[in-house]
Order: sequence, then structure tokens, then C-alpha cells
Amino acid sequence: MSSVATHPDHGAHAAAKPRGFLRRWVLTTSHKDIGTLYLLFSLAMFFIGGAMAMVIRAELFQPGMDFVDPYFFNQMTTVHGLVMVFGAVMPAFVGLANWMVPLQIGAPDMALPRMNNWSFWLLPAAFSMMLVTFFLPGGAPAAGWTMYPPLVLQTGMAFPFLIFAVHIAGISSIMGAINIIATILNLRAPGMGLLKMPLFVWTWLVTAFLLIAVIPVLAGAITMLLTDQYFGTSFFSAAGGGDPVLYQHIFWFFGHPEVYILILPAFGIVSTILPAFARKPLFGYTSMVYAVASIAFLSFIVWGHHMFTVGMPTAGTLFFMFATMLIAVPTGVKVFNWLATLWRGALTFETPMLFALAFVVLFTIGGLSGIMLAIAPVDFQYHDTYFVVAHFHYVLVSGSIFAIMAAVYFWLPKWTGVMYSERLGKLHFWTSVVAMNLVFFPQHFLGLAGMPRRIADYPVEFMEWNMVSSVGAFAYGAAQLIFVWTVIQCMRGRGKPAPAKPWEGAEGLEWTVPSPAPHHTFHEPPKVV
Amino acid sequence: MSNETHTPYYVPEASYWPIVGSFGLLGLGLGAAGYLQGLAWGMPVLLLGAAVTVVMTVGWFADVIRERAAGLYSPQMARSFRWGMIWFIFSEVMFFAAFFGALFYVRVFAVPWLGGEDPATSRFLWDGVVLSWPTAGPGFLDLDFTPMAAWGLPAVNTLILLTSGVTLAVAHHAMRHGRQGRVLVFLAATIVLGALFLGIQIYEYGHAWRDLGLRPDTGIYGALFYMLTGFHGLHVWIGVIMLAVMLVRVWAGHFTAGRHFGFEAAAWYWHFVDVVWLGLFLFVYVL
Repeated sequence: MSSVATHPDHGAHAAAKPRGFLRRWVLTTSHKDIGTLYLLFSLAMFFIGGAMAMVIRAELFQPGMDFVDPYFFNQMTTVHGLVMVFGAVMPAFVGLANWMVPLQIGAPDMALPRMNNWSFWLLPAAFSMMLVTFFLPGGAPAAGWTMYPPLVLQTGMAFPFLIFAVHIAGISSIMGAINIIATILNLRAPGMGLLKMPLFVWTWLVTAFLLIAVIPVLAGAITMLLTDQYFGTSFFSAAGGGDPVLYQHIFWFFGHPEVYILILPAFGIVSTILPAFARKPLFGYTSMVYAVASIAFLSFIVWGHHMFTVGMPTAGTLFFMFATMLIAVPTGVKVFNWLATLWRGALTFETPMLFALAFVVLFTIGGLSGIMLAIAPVDFQYHDTYFVVAHFHYVLVSGSIFAIMAAVYFWLPKWTGVMYSERLGKLHFWTSVVAMNLVFFPQHFLGLAGMPRRIADYPVEFMEWNMVSSVGAFAYGAAQLIFVWTVIQCMRGRGKPAPAKPWEGAEGLEWTVPSPAPHHTFHEPPKVV
Repeated sequence: MSNETHTPYYVPEASYWPIVGSFGLLGLGLGAAGYLQGLAWGMPVLLLGAAVTVVMTVGWFADVIRERAAGLYSPQMARSFRWGMIWFIFSEVMFFAAFFGALFYVRVFAVPWLGGEDPATSRFLWDGVVLSWPTAGPGFLDLDFTPMAAWGLPAVNTLILLTSGVTLAVAHHAMRHGRQGRVLVFLAATIVLGALFLGIQIYEYGHAWRDLGLRPDTGIYGALFYMLTGFHGLHVWIGVIMLAVMLVRVWAGHFTAGRHFGFEAAAWYWHFVDVVWLGLFLFVYVL
């Protein structure tokens, strides 16, 4: 980790922000404003996708068809997944990268600031196209976020809108990733060698590589869906010599690295926050970097574990099973390093720390259920049950989203110049963590007992745990309103003024600039020793 | 800004092009989707989106060229452009990898399984069917088509594209030594060869469509043939446009022996398109 030798003089360079809404937000080239846009967009999508989750849990509160018809239920599960993955979690991490990567490496902005702006402004285009399908005849896509053929080809009018929306979101992701990689490789302050970079920067470097490697593969897969639908090609039709399973292979070649795209930046955030509140340097920095790189490498050779029940050759099944289990090794390295970081630290429990600690515990639960799912013969029972739903929500909600929450509380003083309300932050944390476990822990039991995913109705014997899960979901949704209120208060400047470095144990260049960070920072590169 | 004189960094001014580009792509996507669904507004919106996107591309690059001519770009900025182009080409490699992956999967697994190698599959679908590559699939056995031969025009086209790679390398070498006349000649030759390749490719498509009965709906062979060669052809087309712009810029004297990244980026792109064709020729035509 780096320490700072010289403090550049920021007062002289604090140029005025551009005036007017258009120049400030729409035409902007400032990484900070674009970061804010990404984060606010992500928050809006979090609530849109969350509203769909509420519909799902309301329908599943008790057996029978209660509120929505099954077809609309399928639209809810499908678009909930697409919105949360591509609209909420990914843009949140890109927003955090926009804000923090230049500040953490001592760069004045992103490497390609205009393209950065384009990356953001493609997202509203993509998601307005995706969400407008609710108002088309036949409604929104309903074949699941994985868009498997032949089912997805039965989508009504929404089908091409879905394909092009994902294409545009993908273009946005690729350009964002190119920008981040170019920034990290080219704009580091003098003296900041690769192994001096903060871990958030390291995890984003690897994430950006994964994005550039796999988003084009997704683009290829959905392009083949499009031509199968409209131009008579037979990629996924056995009659023409193709194979629907081919889509699953291509999709999951994208999809498995994608789930690491959704979690690696979270690793970086937790590796930043735990040392700050344990007041100790991160244990095993170098091994953390190697672990991230190993996880990224392994992510390319494990996609088949999403397809154990589809009928792969036994040799393939075994290969994917063992390769998947290997991932537990670098992930274990990370978890033990986090524990060792906490060991004998002078711990305090501010809101970011609480979310980070919950991440370590709950993400590990998600990781362990992941190892269960990796065991091919066992997966034959778990596949497409609520056990899978429980697993990936443990790694995505208490993993990615808790890390995003931790990051927001951690850096909010730097962004807004005021401290958030610690009382409300803690209330948000405790309600979230209790509610999150209420929602998803019972789903393990439901899945093991055989309740399938993506179906609007279920036999009565599953009722009790579904009721618990739904009550938890409503509580979790309500708890997020506390978060919005806390953030809005900070954005309005309500709260104690924040010093440049509000956290005693925090390290890094971002704490050497004033809070709020002036519109231009590091116009002259800081020296890192 | 006053402080730009003593800073090594350059942060570009605000620009309208990104938001214009977003509307352009939105129009392209919405229009294409509407058109495919047979809606009346589809094609007009598609064309409008395409026009906006073209205007954005031209305007944005013109701004970049102007700013570079004004000396606003530092060597660090030039490195950012290089990294940007390198990773963009890598993303293109992975885009083609999806289709090559589909080709290999179909040839190694899907077709043999359907053709009896995996009885658990074939017995329940098309029992007793015999398939060999190239095939239109067990559902279209009565379809009469001729696969594209490798050693006619496609081989000539391969030579043309490889030669264009050589002429471009010569132009690049001349650029490094500041010999503008030589650059112009060999760059122009590259463009002519690229256009010739495209022309032959269009002729081949017509031949395949009319005489060979080979169409996108000719089973998996037709699908892969048109998808791979079609996206490759599109990339050659883009490459030719890029090189043509570079020809004009060389003519206008934008480049020096030491600074010619626009030219270099176009050259990288062209060599990438060249390599993709080699893979295509080998795995789609020859084998």
C-alpha cells in the first residue's frame, strides 16, 4: 500500500463547476459527475428491480394465484434479474470506479473522459428500451434473464427490444471497462507501481479485463438469437443441425465471468474498509492480488457448472465440477486474509464496517452453498430450485449490494462533504441484515425440499417458509428507504461537515484531498513513495 | 483554463457528441426492433438513428483531430488512445470468438451427436440419420445445396487480403521514415485491395444464393457461413472506411514520422481483420 509524500495544492486549482444543468450533467467530462450519475441511475434501477421483487414475493406469500397471472409473474422474475444485474449492480460498481479510481491513483480524471460520458448516457437508452416492453402487446420478456432458446424465441413483440437493449447496455459496459483499464494502466501517479495500487483499483483492473473479454461473447450469443428468430438461421435448432445447448454454453461462457464481474469490485471494497476500521494494514496484500487474478482465470473454465442437468458428457461434467471447486482456494485465501486483518485490530463499528463485516460472514455462506452446487451429482437435485435462488442472492445481495452500501457510507463524506447520520446508517444496516436473512435463508430449506424457481404457485407444504421469506422481503424493501433518505440528506448538505479524512484508520490518496472533493483533483500528479 | 500551461494532464472540454451518440444508438435499436416486428415507424426511426450515429462519429472524430492539431494532446493522452484501441480490438476478437466457438461446438459435438454418435440424442430425434459436415441438419435433408469451395475465388480473396496486409505494412514502414509519397501509394493500394475483396465477396454471396442454394436458412452450415463471413465483411467495410479517412489525412499532412496514431490504429484494425479472415478461410472454407 502507498503512502503520500507530497500534498499537491488544491486550492489554486479548484476551478468552478460548469454552470447549468445541461453542461454540468449531460455534456460533462468530469469523472466525479459521471460517477454520481452512474450511482443515481443504479439507485433508481435498484428500486425498479426491487419493486418487481416485491411483486414476486407478494404473489408467493401464500399458495394459489393471488395478485398477478403466471405470465406476468414470469415477466417479473425475468426483468428483475436483467435490471438488477445490468442496471443496478454493474452501474453501481462502474460509478464507484469512476469516482474512486482516479482519486485513488492520483489521476485528474478518467483516461477517455468523453467516452466515459457516452458510456453512462447509453444506459438510460438501454433501460428505457428494456422497460418500455411492459407496455407492448404481449408484455415484457418472460423467459428468464438467461434468455434461453427456444423459450425466449416465443417472446412476443418485446423480443427484439430486449436484444437491442442488452446490446446497448453491453456497448456501455465495454466502453466503461476500456476506459477504466486505460486509466489504471496509464494514469497512475508517479511512484505508484502495480503492487502499490489500492485493492479496489486492482479488483477493478481485473474486472475490466473480464468485461472486455466476455460482454462481446454475450453480444454474439444474443445476435444468434436474433438471426434465429428473424433470418431463419439454425444456431439453436436441432432440425438445422444446431443445438439449444450451444446457447447455454456461449451464454455461460459470458455468464460465469459475469458473476465475478459482480463480486470482484466488492472484494476490493471490503479489502479497503476492513483495514480502515481495524486500524491495521490489510493482511496478505500480495496474496489478495494473486487470488483475484486466479479467480478471474478460473472463471473462464467453469461455465459448465450452470448446465450439469442439461446432458453434457461425463468427462465434461467432471472437469467443470473439479475446476469449480478450485475456486474455493483463492476465495478461501481472501476470506482468511480478511479474518487475519481483523485479528487483534482496534475495531470500531461504524456503518461501513458493519456492512463489510456482514459481507464477510454472509458472502461466505453464499460461497459454501456454491460449493454444494458445484458437486455435480448433488446439483441434479438442487438445479432450478430455490436453493439456487438462495445461493446467488446470498452472494449478490449480502455480497455485492452490501459491499456497495458499505462503499457508499465509506466514501459519502468524500463525495458530499458532510457526514451521514450514523444513527440512521446503523438502523439501515440492522434492518437490512435481519431482513435479508429472513428473505433468503428459508429459501435454502424450500429448495432442498424441492420447490422449483420461476413458478408463480406452489404446494401448501411450502407455505410457512414462503411467508417468512415474503415478510423479510417487504422489510428489506422498506429498509432501503432509510438508505435513500440518508443519502438525500447528505446530498443536500445536511449533516456535520466532514474533514478531509473522516476515518481514523483510512489509507490512500483519496483522503489527501478536501471533502467534498473539489471539481478538479490531482491536476498535478501527487508523488507516491 | 489558466492552469493548463503547467499541467501534464489534459481533460477535454464538455461535448455534445456523447449524448447525440446515445440518441443515435437508441434510434438504431428502437428502429431495428420496430422494423423487425413489422411496425410502420421502424424503418424511418432506424434510418434516423443511423444518420445521427454517422453524424456523431464524423463530428466526434473531427473534434479529436482538431484538438490534436491544436497541440492539446500530451504523450500521455496518446498512450490512453493506444490502450483504448488495443482493448477495443481485444473485445472484437472475443466477439468473433463467440461465432468460432459456435462453429467448433457444432462440428465437434452437435452434428456428430445428432448423426448417431450419441444414441441417447439421435434415437429420440432423428433415428438412423447420417450427417457429415457441411450439413443443413437432420430436419432439412431434402434441401439441395452445394457447400462453398475453398480453392476458387475464396483462395484468390485470401491472397488479396494477405497482400493488402503487406502493402499496409509497407505504408506503415514508409510512414515511420516520413516518406509521404510512398505512404500514399501503398495506402491507396491497400484500400483498392480491400474494396476488391469486398466486391468479390458480394459476387460470391450472389453466386452462393442463386447457384449453390446456400442461404442463411440452409441449416447450421448456411447460418455459420453467413454469420462469420457477414460480420467479417462488415469489419472489412469499416476498415476500408478507416483507411480511406487516413488516406485523406496523410494527403492533408496530418501525420509525421513520429506522430501518426490515427494511421497506426487503422493499421492495427486492418491486420486484425486480416487474421480473422485466415481463421475463417481455414475453418469455414478449407476444413
